[in-house]
Amino acid sequence: MQQIIYFFQKFKYFLFFLLLEFVALFFIFNNLSFHKSKFINSANSITGGLYYQSSNITEYLNLKEENKLLAEENTQLKNLLSKKSVNLDTKHSIVLDTLHYYQKYSFSTAKIINNNYAKDFNFITINKGENEGIKKEMAVINSRGIIGITEHTTNNYARVQSILNKNSKINARLKNTNYFGTLGWDGKDYNTVQLSDIPRQAPIKFGDTIETGGRSTIFPEGILIGTISKINKGNSANNKVDITLFNDMSNLGYVNIIKNLDRQEIKQLEKNNE
Amino acid sequence: MNSSLRLITMFFGLLFLQVFVLNNILFLGHINPYLYIIFVFVYPLKENRISFLFFTFLLGLGIDFFSDSGGTHAFSILIIAYTRLFFIKLYFRKVATEYAFFKLKSEPFGKRFNYVVTLTLIHHLIYFSFANFSLNNILDVFLNTLFSSVFTLLLYFLGSYLFNKTE
Repeated sequence: MQQIIYFFQKFKYFLFFLLLEFVALFFIFNNLSFHKSKFINSANSITGGLYYQSSNITEYLNLKEENKLLAEENTQLKNLLSKKSVNLDTKHSIVLDTLHYYQKYSFSTAKIINNNYAKDFNFITINKGENEGIKKEMAVINSRGIIGITEHTTNNYARVQSILNKNSKINARLKNTNYFGTLGWDGKDYNTVQLSDIPRQAPIKFGDTIETGGRSTIFPEGILIGTISKINKGNSANNKVDITLFNDMSNLGYVNIIKNLDRQEIKQLEKNNE
Repeated sequence: MNSSLRLITMFFGLLFLQVFVLNNILFLGHINPYLYIIFVFVYPLKENRISFLFFTFLLGLGIDFFSDSGGTHAFSILIIAYTRLFFIKLYFRKVATEYAFFKLKSEPFGKRFNYVVTLTLIHHLIYFSFANFSLNNILDVFLNTLFSSVFTLLLYFLGSYLFNKTE
């Protein structure tokens, strides 16, 4: 017994040091896994509140860019609307069939209050949380394309796993085809992501558009991602293609969060099949 | 009381400086200084190290909270906090009775330079290894360590020159 007490006396600093290091390691490993990251993140009321204050100030610097984005989105929506004008003009053909109307997705707006893009595992904090109905694993996009997936929520804030995260894996496909692959990031350039596992017979060309595939319950089909900027020649196992994003990930303001209203049903069905 | 008040101000000062100013610099796209580690250099040397280790851990964890990095900052700052005594013995040749009178700024510049550079390099190397968390981009880890260390050290020496002048 004397020996043990003496041992603790002698090495108390080292043991305390080891204890704290193990706590830190525990946090590191938890942070790397998508389903366990609960402890150390900026989506709590203290850090979220402080980031919200600081983003209120810095927001003014990006107003020009935000305006441009809104104008672009308006043009896009007006173009969509103009395609329907024929139906709207002929009054008697309007079908008032609310009974068979069925909504699959609902959208809500949030502001990015903290954005990382220079590290290997990047996260974004937004100012909406469980109080506004934001839950885990919802899609985050803006008018130019995809941004990430919500990963951890508190009452007023949510942490988003950016597509610029080495753990990120998103189903994506060539526009207007059904050739799909997995979108990931290699941690190097924040304007470029990688599409892997795309079939060899797919007609990929430089400059082709890539969009989300709709094979997951998170992203709706057909949300823009980017264009192909580099095709690797040769026989690599995973057939990787570099994609330049439409979004400038270093300059993000307001985003849309998409809730899939069918998600529960699809998950339940998949569970039954297993 | 006065000294502990100064330490508390420095703790929060460094935390907010790092999180709101220095983390947004991103020189050439990705190079940031990590100036919060000067907490380890400035914290007075005492025989009892439990509180010192605990506060450096808290500072690292605080920065992790803000920058969504798990526990990487806490892990790496704790390593230099623990090895600090070893390097003080190595470079300044101090014994236990002299700890109370030890002051970094009254030491000669050459020794101080060695001490600060060693600890900064160790911290940055460990931090970037854990932030990268794979063996694929070893070269990137070394380059990041080098550039960020130069940045941090430049800021530290400029800062210490400025602040020591006024006192």
